[in-house]
Amino acid sequence: MTTYSTNEFRNGLKLMLDGDPCSIIDNEFVKPGKGQAFNRVKIRNLKTGRVLEKTYKSGESVEAADVVGIELQYLYNDGEMWYFMDTSSYEQVVADKTTMDDAGQWLTGEEVCEVTLWNGVPLSVLPPNFVELKITETDPGLKGDTATGGAKPATLETGVIVKVPLFVEQDEIIKVDTRTAQYVSRVKD
Amino acid sequence: MKENWRPSCTNETLKARADLFGQIRAFMAGNGVMEVDTPALSPYANTDPHIESVTASLRLPGANDKLSLYLHTSPEFAMKRLLANGSGSIYQICKVFRSEEFGNLHHFEFSMLEWYRTGFGQHELMDEIAVLLRRLQWPETERRSYRSGFEEYLGFNPHAAEPGRLSAKAEDLGFAGGPADESTLLDFLFNHSVAPNLGVYNPVFVYDYPACQAALARVREGDEGYPVAERFELFISGMEIANGFYELTDADEQRDRFKRENRLRQARGLTEMPIDETLLGALEHGLPDCAGVALGLDRLLMALTRASSINKVRP
Repeated sequence: MTTYSTNEFRNGLKLMLDGDPCSIIDNEFVKPGKGQAFNRVKIRNLKTGRVLEKTYKSGESVEAADVVGIELQYLYNDGEMWYFMDTSSYEQVVADKTTMDDAGQWLTGEEVCEVTLWNGVPLSVLPPNFVELKITETDPGLKGDTATGGAKPATLETGVIVKVPLFVEQDEIIKVDTRTAQYVSRVKD
Repeated sequence: MKENWRPSCTNETLKARADLFGQIRAFMAGNGVMEVDTPALSPYANTDPHIESVTASLRLPGANDKLSLYLHTSPEFAMKRLLANGSGSIYQICKVFRSEEFGNLHHFEFSMLEWYRTGFGQHELMDEIAVLLRRLQWPETERRSYRSGFEEYLGFNPHAAEPGRLSAKAEDLGFAGGPADESTLLDFLFNHSVAPNLGVYNPVFVYDYPACQAALARVREGDEGYPVAERFELFISGMEIANGFYELTDADEQRDRFKRENRLRQARGLTEMPIDETLLGALEHGLPDCAGVALGLDRLLMALTRASSINKVRP
């Protein structure tokens, strides 16, 4: 079992807490002049996303969490599971719906995603920051209306719905920021 | 040329620092307290299991072996020898050194004002500190017992609490340290829930600490049937600024406390520290009745200049 001493605490360090992998997001040294020294940490549970505040006695050892982030290529999904491949080893990694969260709605195939693995099992999947997707359904465009700033819903090829400007047409390919789910631009063929 | 050669403290802060030192010296002179400067290196060290000394080594002229010494963690022991020798009330401004301490409010080397008043108890010394604070920036100070702070923010009397209650409360509040002794749990609870609320408006003195946290203070039987340590601390903006004692003068009890601390060090896998026999000798001869306080000057300056980190006030 790998352990970390509180002396090694820094932001991003992965620890086990009550059986769950967690990541340190803030670490403060606290010590009364005549008393016990503590490390007060803010820690994010990587399974639930919840942020907790915990205090350790300085000098104590805490179990490390075997958490790594790697880039994997998305292959396909069967509605239940999502399949990824490590392009260097050709090893496959499978993520379930809960792990995918909203990531799946941006993927059509071959995208390189940032996957966080805990003991080899995916904890979370981040799609690329920008994806290019085809509009499969939207109201007819208002030609030349590039100035009013109005928006309308558009369904993309993966089924996700985003707001697009009024001048954008069905069957066009658009660039979307997956972090904000916002339209960025049209993509010219 | 090294890029980051500039000191972390501005010239403005440097000036505030000089003013603070000047005001303290004038204040002490006006009260008839004499300035002293005791050695920073000693063959003896602090046995407190929560304080780690910095070691230094040197060679005497012609000697084959190096001499291993400790940098003082506070000038307390040396100053008590002066008191026992009849110096009368004294103060000192000096650098002290503590290994394993570093952070926004901590540095392994910091400036301390330590002063002793013969014939004073803890409350008389708090009175005098309040006068100094009034001259500096704070017209009013408040005073409350450790127990009242604990009761207000944690809802129970720390002196009469079952150990199970302390650990259950600590766990509720995010203490992940596993089994811990009473003093560690009190440190956690007080620092987590009480200290951040202290001194938000006026500086606050907290007095009558639990007996297990007496350090070098006298312990008296409290009125309500439990012993309390005649120890106080000063808080400004939630920050611990000073720690004072109605000083223990009993040499035998002092020796017992040193030994107990060394046993605790051994149990925790820490190095035992050489007990200061010269201090015990001074106590055996007789330390006058006195109260003493150690005040962190860098933190006081942080409070005066509203600096966010100790680094910003260090020259």
